[in-house]
Amino acid sequence: METQLVLEKWAGVISALTIGANKEDGGSRANIVRIGGQGSLPLLFKEGSIPNRPVIAFEIWDTPPQDWPDDLTSAYGKVLNDPFAWADKCVNELKAQLLCVRMQGAHPDFGNKDPGEAANFISALLTRVKVPLIIIGSGDDSKDNLILPACSEAAKNERCLIGCAVQDNYKTLVASVLADGHHIIAESPIDINIAKQLNILISDMGLSLERIVINPTIGALGYGLEYAYSIMERARLAALSGDKTLASPFICFVGQETWRTKEAKAGYEQGVIWEIITATSLIQSGADLLVMRHPAAVEKVAGYIDSLFNK
Amino acid sequence: MFIIGELINGMYANVGLAIKERNKKEIQKCALDQLICGADALDVNCGPASRQPLVDMSWLIEVIQEVTDKPLCLDSSKPAVIEEGLKVARNKTIINSTTADAEKLDALIPLAKKYKSRLIGITISAKGIPQNKDQRLELAATIVANCQEKKFSVEDLYLDPIVLPVNVAQGQMKDILESIAEFKIISDPGPKTTLGLSNVSQGAHLRSLINRTFLTMAVAYGLDSAILDPKDKELIDTLITAELILNKNIYCDSYLEAYRRK
Repeated sequence: METQLVLEKWAGVISALTIGANKEDGGSRANIVRIGGQGSLPLLFKEGSIPNRPVIAFEIWDTPPQDWPDDLTSAYGKVLNDPFAWADKCVNELKAQLLCVRMQGAHPDFGNKDPGEAANFISALLTRVKVPLIIIGSGDDSKDNLILPACSEAAKNERCLIGCAVQDNYKTLVASVLADGHHIIAESPIDINIAKQLNILISDMGLSLERIVINPTIGALGYGLEYAYSIMERARLAALSGDKTLASPFICFVGQETWRTKEAKAGYEQGVIWEIITATSLIQSGADLLVMRHPAAVEKVAGYIDSLFNK
Repeated sequence: MFIIGELINGMYANVGLAIKERNKKEIQKCALDQLICGADALDVNCGPASRQPLVDMSWLIEVIQEVTDKPLCLDSSKPAVIEEGLKVARNKTIINSTTADAEKLDALIPLAKKYKSRLIGITISAKGIPQNKDQRLELAATIVANCQEKKFSVEDLYLDPIVLPVNVAQGQMKDILESIAEFKIISDPGPKTTLGLSNVSQGAHLRSLINRTFLTMAVAYGLDSAILDPKDKELIDTLITAELILNKNIYCDSYLEAYRRK
């Protein structure tokens, strides 16, 4: 007798979201990136539609990174000293579909750029490269409340993804994102209850749930990957069962988490392997956007995504 | 929980009068008020005083459909009145209700199939109201078996254990609650369950408290649906919280706001 597969029927769907605006949409991007829209758990193609693939964003900084291990810096070489050359390399040579720019240079300890400088940087970057942008703050809340609104305004109508809003600090960013037509990243500390609460707080301010991407906070392999995995899985199950407050795509900062581990820093290309395993595991649990660092890891993971989706 | 709003019933003075005077605005307001408060479907009953229930039912359906496409629950003890409603309904429908009597089952199951309607089966018969859990289960089994014979999908059947007022039949409350859980294992796939909630507090003081306490307990026994007053805010908040405690929804600090807004 033939085995019958038991297929789940889902009531809910993950919201679909477009990053980047081309000329028709009032922006200047050459390409746009669509994520989300799934009507099934990750990769269960028979249970519902999966209209978009997971997408990899290259992470770049607005200032030369100081604490990146050699394995990582050697992959980029001298361009790390010039953010625009770095961006060029990612787009032209490494074929990045989108870039995630971290405004590290605005951090009080790493350059303390003022809002005007940050805005100028974003304007110049938008002229230099034509892929959509994800813009991330420096990690210093009070400073980010100054520079992110400036960056948001500089990128007005380009439909960027900007973050990260957190439960104690989201209002300034939500207001900017609303005014300038972007999407927002809502970050919670591996905590599904806070992820949900933050989504509600943000939508209460008038930014619709369809414009939120959840950063569930992940840990790299060996550093809490399985916690992130189960949180993401639980959120997806709730969303597919009809909970709209959790039906947001996920962004995972794979590179950032991988390259802080001692295993990655140990050399011997271990970091690349670590980044690949972390990324591919998170794809299994529903990651929509993977922010990655090492070109070799990106290449492998992109190939993996192709093999999953080219059936 | 699938909430069926109970307020469009000719038994209520404002609705009875609105039906008599063909006051469409009043009915439509009553429909929308319930939907805003979280009703998933609306019960429609022209009331015992209606002189011409066939005409009244189809008028009510038409008027409500002008303002919503939510499912309508056609509530009458007369199959002819229900059919009149089914004929004009463009929204999804639920027939409320058949008993376990052969003449009702023979009339209403084919109607439910013909009009692709869901069906509420209430566990009473011409012999009267059941006195305990076993009698309820026997009547429930009769209804389920009839649906299966007539090839009506049991998944579209809601069984109602018939709730009695707590001040009349206190001894039956536990049986009623246990019936909810046991109805669901009569067949596989099992029927769903529903009940007319307000009956539990009929004639009692503290009606709202009794209603929400009973509903909480029924939800814990696996109740899928209830016909109730969605405008009772404390009742709805209690229901949301009960479902939260049963891990049907994920907790967050603003869970009430999140689920109230539907």
